[in-house]
Amino acid sequence: MEMKERLKIPRQPMPEQDPQVRKRNFEEVPLGYTPEVAKAEALRCIQCKKPECVEGCPVEVDIPGFIALIAEGKFIDAARKIKQTNALPAVCGRVCPQEVQCEIRCVRGRKGEPVAIGRLERFVADYERAAGEVSIPKIETQTGKKIAIVGSGPSGLTVAGDLVQMGHDVTIFEALHAAGGVLVYGIPEFRLPKAIVASEVDYLKKLGVKIETSNVIGKVATVDELFAEGYDAVFLGTGAGLPSFMNIPGENLNGVYSANEYLTRSNLMKAYRFPEYDTPIVRGKNVAVIGGGNVAMDSARTAMRLGADHVYLVYRRSRQEMPARIEEIHHAEEEGIELHLLTNPIRYIGNDKGWVTGIECLRMELGEPDDSGRRRPVPIKGSEFVKDVDTVVVAIGAGSNPLVQSTTPGLDTNKWNYIIADEETGQTSREGVFAGGDIVTGAATVILAMGAGRKAARAIHKYVMSK
Amino acid sequence: MSAKILGKQQLSENVFKLVLDAPKIAKKRKAGQFVVLRIHEEGERIPLTIADADPAKGTLTIIFQVVGKSTAHLSGLEVGDSLLDLVGPMGKPTHVEKIGTVVCVGGGVGVAPVYPITQAMKNAGNYVISIIGARCKDLIIMEDEMKAVSDEIIVTTDDGSYGYHGFVSQALEEKYLMAGDKKIDLAVAVGPVPMMRALCDVTKKYNVPTVVSLNSIMVDATGMCGACRVTVGGKTRFVCVDGPEFDGHQVDFKELIDRQRIYLDQEKECYDHYCTCRQQGKGA
Repeated sequence: MEMKERLKIPRQPMPEQDPQVRKRNFEEVPLGYTPEVAKAEALRCIQCKKPECVEGCPVEVDIPGFIALIAEGKFIDAARKIKQTNALPAVCGRVCPQEVQCEIRCVRGRKGEPVAIGRLERFVADYERAAGEVSIPKIETQTGKKIAIVGSGPSGLTVAGDLVQMGHDVTIFEALHAAGGVLVYGIPEFRLPKAIVASEVDYLKKLGVKIETSNVIGKVATVDELFAEGYDAVFLGTGAGLPSFMNIPGENLNGVYSANEYLTRSNLMKAYRFPEYDTPIVRGKNVAVIGGGNVAMDSARTAMRLGADHVYLVYRRSRQEMPARIEEIHHAEEEGIELHLLTNPIRYIGNDKGWVTGIECLRMELGEPDDSGRRRPVPIKGSEFVKDVDTVVVAIGAGSNPLVQSTTPGLDTNKWNYIIADEETGQTSREGVFAGGDIVTGAATVILAMGAGRKAARAIHKYVMSK
Repeated sequence: MSAKILGKQQLSENVFKLVLDAPKIAKKRKAGQFVVLRIHEEGERIPLTIADADPAKGTLTIIFQVVGKSTAHLSGLEVGDSLLDLVGPMGKPTHVEKIGTVVCVGGGVGVAPVYPITQAMKNAGNYVISIIGARCKDLIIMEDEMKAVSDEIIVTTDDGSYGYHGFVSQALEEKYLMAGDKKIDLAVAVGPVPMMRALCDVTKKYNVPTVVSLNSIMVDATGMCGACRVTVGGKTRFVCVDGPEFDGHQVDFKELIDRQRIYLDQEKECYDHYCTCRQQGKGA
């Protein structure tokens, strides 16, 4: 096709479940491209000589390369091209913030809309899985080096995938009963179906990665004991798994959840299918979700799917400062989530049985910029008001879980108890111990954790081979 | 990791003991710690205190009371069956040191978790007085085991069908604290929340430091979710990682009781659903 014609193709929309229908089910919201639509979208890529999109990708996927293969209809080859640098394409195609990474740099975006790189990535990963043609790359000769990975979230899975392909003997230790970390306990089914996570984890197992679930490092074994057992290096990817609360009155009332608990019950334990599954969850009618990030959006949309009449998203700054992806905010609003911006809770009101019945809030206005560069919200005096709610989900961020740090002597941490690690290598203050993902940076994104895992894998390889 | 059931015993009408094959946890566990288990794919994560362990044999003993669907299901498993998941040892171990005279109090199935603590206190060289109680004689468990690790023991029943007629808290006050002839340096109590609260009310009156082991509702039990939060001394703590043992005089028991009732309706629904299915022969 001539370039002129290719430039005329509009960005292909993603078909989605109707908001009125999807707000009451847990099925995935975007339905995915068809092969025809994917080809049309792929033709929009003008195959830049110096592709800037690749520079925007933390794991350096050969974006023009895989898109050219889609345009030729070679979907399986396209999937394999991505997998050369990204072990989790079906996940990344769904949860990466492409709009601030690869797509923002797409030259097509300068005079129109960028190529839908994320949607194409998702398409080929799904196509390959559905076709049952998931290929196992040839593994180099075994090195005999043993590597322990603590945590099976995005960074741990990436490190595992990279190192096993370099010929190392890799074991992941996961505290929960299922592998995937935040991909299984945090991100809801309607955004990332758990069957997809399971199949990407299964792919790693086929590559030879061993996964020991229900093993809490720091409890059943310490990092030093892993070395004593014969591991040559240890990667710590334990994530940001400590829920933050605001420490305001009434936070321990029944019906007040941390987002971690709310989402873990629903996602990992499948409480939305209670009583088929045993774990219960409170199905509130009037739910307040506190926070403005992706986790807040996930919580609010989960509450709606659990049958709420009203879901109020309470955020202390304005829409502009919301850390959530625009697409997530858009989806949430389509589903009827009511945004209460520039609003901050100051206490929860309960009844005599200890259940939350209301939330008292203050209205805010934006003042001078704070440390984060965002304008600081300042309370408006006398603006208190009460809203009736029966469920609250606090989604204001997460801290670092101290289990590994507190049992590993000589492992340096910063004032928030995150592990101090070299940005380029993941090297910590302990020899042979590397770290990456949220446990180093604080709560961030799946792909940033994967990028850290990629760098750490290279450094671990270099370290164990030089020993 | 999964865990095979090597032994099973019914201790009272609703209390069962299982011996599990869990060498890694058996080697590591200390008094006061717990495990989390899951029976099957649709099952919930159940936290249970470790009642005993044999590191040489690689076995772990858990003792539980049937209170709902999951524990009913668990009681139906037999030797040779396996638990789908078993993780531990979780929580902080009991702080054990030689301090003098220690009273170890267990109520109902709470005797099971108090047993390893009693054993550890005795091994540390303390003079150990045990007080174990239940509603009636048939519900008293582990009397012989407790006797073996105690210098003195009192058994109480609410209905007077065996031993001291009354609550464990009453026995402690009447037999020891009021008499005042023996200085009690520490009390450790495990049991139903109202029992622990009553006991703490008594020990507070006599200024006896008291440690309680709490069994809050949990999900992950690694400090990730905060389901188990409890107010201790005005501060929010997580039972799973900061506990399970706390200064009983600082615990907000009213809040704890409320929080334990969050899922009462769902638990009943789930249990009824299970019983109906079982009657219809569909299994669990």
